[in-house]
Amino acid sequence: MSLLSLVLVNLGRNKRRTILTALSVLVALFLFCALRGVLDTLEASIRVGSEARLVTRNAISLIFPLPLSYQERLLTVPGVRSVSYANWFGGRDPVDQSNFYAQFAVAENYLPIYASDIEIVAFDRPQVAGAVPPGVDPKLAAFMNERDACVVGERLFNRMKWKLGQTVPVSGTIFPGTWTFTVRAVYHAKNPAMNEEAMFFHWKYLSEKGMGGQGQVGWYVLELSDPGQAGAVTRAVDALYANSAAATHTETERAFQAGFVSMYGNVPFLIGVIGLAVVFAILLVAANTMMMATRERTAEFGVMKTLGFDDGTIFRLVLVEAAVITFGGGALGALLAKLVIEGSDFNAMGLLPPMTVRWATVLVGVAIAVVIGAASGLVPAWQASQRRIVDALRRVE
Amino acid sequence: MALVEVKNVRKTYRREAEELTVLDGLSLEIAEGDFVALMGPSGSGKTTLLNLIGGVDQPSSGDVVVGGTRLTGLRGKQLARWRARNIGYIFQLYNLIPVLTALQNVELPLLLVKMSGKERRERARHALDIVGLEDRLKHFPRQLSGGQEQRVAIARAVVSDPTVLLADEPTGDLDRKAGADILTLLDRLNKEFKKTIVMVTHDPTAAERAHRRLHLDKGVLSNGPS
Ligand SMILES: Nc1ncnc2c1ncn2[C@@H]1O[C@H](COP(=O)(O)OP(=O)(O)O)[C@@H](O)[C@H]1O
Ligand SMILES: [Mg+2]
Repeated sequence: MSLLSLVLVNLGRNKRRTILTALSVLVALFLFCALRGVLDTLEASIRVGSEARLVTRNAISLIFPLPLSYQERLLTVPGVRSVSYANWFGGRDPVDQSNFYAQFAVAENYLPIYASDIEIVAFDRPQVAGAVPPGVDPKLAAFMNERDACVVGERLFNRMKWKLGQTVPVSGTIFPGTWTFTVRAVYHAKNPAMNEEAMFFHWKYLSEKGMGGQGQVGWYVLELSDPGQAGAVTRAVDALYANSAAATHTETERAFQAGFVSMYGNVPFLIGVIGLAVVFAILLVAANTMMMATRERTAEFGVMKTLGFDDGTIFRLVLVEAAVITFGGGALGALLAKLVIEGSDFNAMGLLPPMTVRWATVLVGVAIAVVIGAASGLVPAWQASQRRIVDALRRVE
Repeated sequence: MALVEVKNVRKTYRREAEELTVLDGLSLEIAEGDFVALMGPSGSGKTTLLNLIGGVDQPSSGDVVVGGTRLTGLRGKQLARWRARNIGYIFQLYNLIPVLTALQNVELPLLLVKMSGKERRERARHALDIVGLEDRLKHFPRQLSGGQEQRVAIARAVVSDPTVLLADEPTGDLDRKAGADILTLLDRLNKEFKKTIVMVTHDPTAAERAHRRLHLDKGVLSNGPS
């Protein structure tokens, strides 16, 4: 027998109580790590946004467009190297209304901006050989040469079981009518935070078919010649249109993406609070268990002290006992969160990158479990160690 | 010099506002190898005196010196270590740990000493041998009779080879036969293993086994008759 086996034997005294406590710690740490994973995933979803690019949108709201004519003037702002633009299409699958995925109408020079984030993994050859504009991936030649062509994410492509060359119908909501797009290329997101369930098609097609040629732009993306000038460029752009009919709001692309995430409102904050509340609740449960477990052993602690166990040893024994329960439950809960969350395949219809629970989160979870254990054992351990032998022993008589 | 010296000891307990004086200026000497029976009515302070000799509690004033060590000068951890080395304590209600086997119960005090698990087991087994329970190593307290439980408790008290055994009504909860066996065992520990024993008892026949009988009444000690 050793001191540790003494702890284990004590845990076995009231197996049901020990297991129930460990289970509640398991559930709590599962929740904590799962929520943490969701938070991290939300945060990762804005990482694709660069600090070296700016996004200019209508100052009132993203749902109000900007005139196409701004493009040329934006190019004249010092520090701006190139200007591209895109629109949110917001169409639906005509067959299955609940099947949502993002569609973007994008300018010719839009995809090249994200060349390092995506990779074309499947594509059709063009029927008529034609040159692609400078900077455009030659694999996109077929896409570039066809009015209603589209490029889709690999995940979406596989999920919908589409084929290259297939015509995909989409019912427009903002731009009414039934639209069809021909799949000409498939991209893989090298950057896991990049949405792989999206469709990109030609802005020109949207403008002609949906806006009677009166091009309106959802947002502009500005590439800078020097990222250090982001602040100056932002002020210059917004000053340019301050008094016009469509004033602009310019921010870094990352801030813009963060704005998308914050459409979920205070979800991240709420998630954080829930995680903490759960951990606190479980601290009380564990403390109650340890209180009961030590109170009914008061006389035994008196006996052990009579045998020569000092106060410090009794204190540590109780503390370790508490920590072992919560460590067991906590480690299992945290690992389970990693397995379940990462196996869930949930990605909010492509709006979020794949869910991950980082190992760091699992470790933090286990550490929290151990700290909860020690904290829950503090008061009972203190009481058990400080009670005078004569008082402890008189409790049996 | 006596092994145990209790010098002018006063012990009071505080209960709410009231102060209860249990021992008032008590002195006592016990020689090494002695076997003393401590008698007296319930509530007269016998357990209190035993606790002071065993370093389980401290007197309100006065001195307790055991084997040359002034217990009143020791604090918490030092006193605990001293108890582990020098005192074997035997309770009326055995006070074994219910979730430990007989062998593990006897090993318990040895956890405080640096030694291998194997040596610990060997020593505990030897102690159980002495009390005649070598065939009950794996039994839990609830699987033993009262007399057997008390013998496990005695094995636990002697396993670390202390000089002094303190027994607080060791036969108080046992039938005559089992009680007689325990007394024979204590007698043997005194004669064969040279343990100095102080035993509290209500039973005059038990007290007969001791070399010396002391009476405690209202905090006053006497070599009374009976
Ligand atoms: N820890 C304690 N706190 C308060 N009073 C106590 C405590 N221990 C003993 N007493 C009181 O001291 C007196 C003597 O107790 P004790 O030594 O147990 O007597 P005995 O063992 O002779 O029956 C009793 O009146 C008892 O109530
Ligand atoms: Mg008593």
